[in-house]
Amino acid sequence: MIEIKNLTKEFDGKLVLDNINTTFHKGVVNMIIGRSGSGKTVLLKCLVGLISPTSGEIWYDSRKFTGMKSREVRRLRRDIGMLFQGAALFDSRTVLENVMFPLEMFSRKNKRERRKRAEFCLERVNLSEATDLFPSEISGGMKKRVAIARAIALNPKYLFCDEPNSGLDPKTSQLIDELIQDITLDFGMTTVVVSHDMNSVINIGDNVIFINEGIKEWEGSKAEVMGADNEKLNDFVFASDLFKKIKEAEEIISEEENQRK
Amino acid sequence: MNFIRSLEDIGEYALLMRRVLSVPDRMREFMKEFMKGVYTLGVNSIWIVIIISFFIGAVIVLQIALNIDSPLLPRFTVGVVSREIILLEFSSTIMCLILSGKVGSNVASEIGTMRITEQIDALDIMGVNSANYLILPKIASFVAFMPVLVIFSMFMGLFGGYIICMVLGTPSIETYVYGIQAFFRESFIWYSILKSMLFGFIIASVAAYFGYTAKGGALEVGAASTNSVVINSVLILVTDLLFTQLALG
Repeated sequence: MIEIKNLTKEFDGKLVLDNINTTFHKGVVNMIIGRSGSGKTVLLKCLVGLISPTSGEIWYDSRKFTGMKSREVRRLRRDIGMLFQGAALFDSRTVLENVMFPLEMFSRKNKRERRKRAEFCLERVNLSEATDLFPSEISGGMKKRVAIARAIALNPKYLFCDEPNSGLDPKTSQLIDELIQDITLDFGMTTVVVSHDMNSVINIGDNVIFINEGIKEWEGSKAEVMGADNEKLNDFVFASDLFKKIKEAEEIISEEENQRK
Repeated sequence: MNFIRSLEDIGEYALLMRRVLSVPDRMREFMKEFMKGVYTLGVNSIWIVIIISFFIGAVIVLQIALNIDSPLLPRFTVGVVSREIILLEFSSTIMCLILSGKVGSNVASEIGTMRITEQIDALDIMGVNSANYLILPKIASFVAFMPVLVIFSMFMGLFGGYIICMVLGTPSIETYVYGIQAFFRESFIWYSILKSMLFGFIIASVAAYFGYTAKGGALEVGAASTNSVVINSVLILVTDLLFTQLALG
């Protein structure tokens, strides 16, 4: 579980995150949604310590992350896996070497065991056939899957995903979503996904928080998103034609049902 | 504002070096990166060192032979003066100025690209000391390989002069060889090697600093690479002046 208490972030006097309070639960996919520039990626970077918040607290279970010494931060980060927007694979290493990298740095396993673990992680993301390829030789979707395999190599307690579906076709996006949900359940991780893709929200968003202009506007589950009574959230959700039409269809159906009754 | 920015850069560089100069998390990984650095930064620079040293050595001997044409000076003076120039300044300082272009831009662009493609963030998130993991092996390998490059450079510079004497015949090869052996001080070689190792540290660390702190996209990586070469050149020249005064003055 990750708790955020009164988190605020300013850049050159401009408020980017304003007093965010929320809890990300274990074993479910927690989603942070919002428009581009709303502050969701800044929130994610504050969570993993790539940006220091101006004020507020972040707790990883019983460990207070904000104000931790750098040595302790590095120790805590060994429990964290992260999927970056651009995958951030190491160009000079093969797919297998990328997944083996965290094991080589921090695992006490011998070489054979490390390789076995990396192969297991690649098998988990259905990439057993790509072990000897370099990142430049694989597609965007495959890169994301390798990044997921690398992120879970050390069996982390927390998984963070920054726009996991950006630049992917709908089918591959769905595969990535399902993969994130499956590994969250399998490994019992606290997963936080930043996205502006409503399909992902509907697919896997067990716990959803909506951020608008740095303020947490709404929090709920994927089942509540479509019928939420929040104008800004509705503006965001129904900006997509598809969801607008779904809502219109639902309204027509409910009207017809009412008439029948 | 530029002055304040420069002070900030010095502070940031010092803080980065504090993170770089610590014990590696995994010695095995450090050694792997160290050997890679020896090859990419050192071995790959041998050819440019050989070619430049040969031609500059030849030109130095040619210039001195043409300009020191006095009956008051013995002809072996050409060998003595050429040797001192090559040993004391060319093989260390001028060679390092050239290497700051090749190696400095290589290091800055490699680390800069890793920065903008979030590879350094990925290392940090894993709990790796990214500065230490990426920069220390580069500095260590380049500094360690520097004496090899300097010795190659000295040898090829003197060899270039030898070939010029063979082609032109003035001074004769025997006179030139006598000249490069006359009044020889071994300490000059140590002085040159030591100086080049110091320059090696400056080149690799300053270039790594510019790459590590790059922000934005490809243009900024290019700018970081250019800035690293410019700053390195200035630092090498200033350090050369101070080091020469301290060591030989």
